Amino acid sequence: MNPFASIGRAVLTVLAHIGRLALFTARALAGIVSPPIYTRLILSQMIRIGYFSLPVVGLTAFFTGGVLALQIYLGGNRFGAEAIVPQVVVLAVTRELGPVIAGLMIAGRVGAAIAAEIGTMKVTEQIDALTTLATNPIKYLVVPRIVAAVISMPILTAIGDSIGVMGGYAVSVYSLNFTGYTYLKNTMDFAHQDDITSGLIKAAVFGFIVALMGCYNGFNSKGGAQGVGNATTNAVVSSSILILAADYVLTALLFHK
Amino acid sequence: MTAKIQLIGVKKRFGSKVVLDGVDLTIEKQSSLVIIGGSGTGKSVTIKSILGILRPDEGTILVDGEDITHINGAARDRVMKKFGMLFQGAALFDSLAVWENVAFGLIQGRGMARAKARDIAIQKLATVGLTEDVAFLSPSELSGGMQKRVGLARAIAADPEIIFFDEPTTGLDPIMADIINDLIISTVRDVGATALSITHDMVSARKISDRIAMLYGGKIIWAGPTGEIDHSGNPYVEQFIHGRAEGPIKMAVKA
Repeated sequence: MNPFASIGRAVLTVLAHIGRLALFTARALAGIVSPPIYTRLILSQMIRIGYFSLPVVGLTAFFTGGVLALQIYLGGNRFGAEAIVPQVVVLAVTRELGPVIAGLMIAGRVGAAIAAEIGTMKVTEQIDALTTLATNPIKYLVVPRIVAAVISMPILTAIGDSIGVMGGYAVSVYSLNFTGYTYLKNTMDFAHQDDITSGLIKAAVFGFIVALMGCYNGFNSKGGAQGVGNATTNAVVSSSILILAADYVLTALLFHK
Repeated sequence: MTAKIQLIGVKKRFGSKVVLDGVDLTIEKQSSLVIIGGSGTGKSVTIKSILGILRPDEGTILVDGEDITHINGAARDRVMKKFGMLFQGAALFDSLAVWENVAFGLIQGRGMARAKARDIAIQKLATVGLTEDVAFLSPSELSGGMQKRVGLARAIAADPEIIFFDEPTTGLDPIMADIINDLIISTVRDVGATALSITHDMVSARKISDRIAMLYGGKIIWAGPTGEIDHSGNPYVEQFIHGRAEGPIKMAVKA
């Protein structure tokens, strides 16, 4: 075995993947701006991606807000700063945890489903069948999912943000002896429009990442059940990593002073 | 008269594996050609190359004399409207009802109103011997033979000029296979279409074809009228049509 050959092969594989993903992204973006636009499909995908994700996003946001309040209280207690709970909760939830947690939940719930569905369509030749019926699979399958995810994610995140703050409120008021009025007043006074907007912009980008990686891995699945399983795993893992990486880049860009 | 479909020196390889090594093939208008050949000899790759699902590395593909090898976008969509295809596993869209599957090309490809497309779909389902109540079932509720019929109805729904059949009888019992063969013959004749089928089922091949071509080693090694296949004088063809393990064809055990 020549060690250089195996290093070279690994590098080439990675480069080929990046190239294929870039081409796929370009085709998807071209599909978004050129007719036909399948409005019906976008709406039905918004229901699947957005509406049906409400329970899981809502629950995770509630507990995240709650535990955040508890941790800040306990941490702040060390130097007499317990009162800062509402401010830190709203900042952390709207800027970071709301969009990131919603993104990761959507990656698990929606990204996996997209990859499994499209992967199955691929291995059962349904995608080839679309082509023979004079329908572009990118426009019919990929574009509606991406558009729906990009629209749904900010809405989901906005709802998740509110529920997250309510989680902090519930813990603070019922277990940490805050008064409800003070908690909400401090929250409202402290939160800026920018905090919320930046979180929603992140959410839209995360939605794009999840739908794109789900579709890309589905389209490139090979073989039978195992191939679809691999596609699903890869979709979730790659979109989760990309969400966290993009989160850093977006934070640096959005709050660049 | 220009041939309906013509392949000139089509080559396709995947990595280092050469699948098509210069395929030359001519399909006359309103004829029915069957390509026979063992598994993994590139029959599906040939069909997918004509459909543009795969792009050949070399060579030219003409449809009605027009070079379609490298066309894309709107031009590709226009040419695709000439085609209909029955897939091996039927490849029905499992998220849609049976009638929506049949009407798919009419609604999405041609922008027909749903109500009108549904009437045509039900009519096409009747052509393949399925009643109206099947139209509202989901494809997963149908047996393999019925799925094939729906796939056939979908393939002919938009009255295509060219219909491809990928292993139309594989996985069916002999009686259902013969019913599908009869349906293929009658639908192709009624629509006046040109048919290209790939199969390794010799009973089906003899029944549905005017001409047979055999693909081996990435090339067409024999082509002629169906009646002459028993006198081809080609040892490869002889071995294949009689299904002998012994002969010049060495089956690769590993892909």
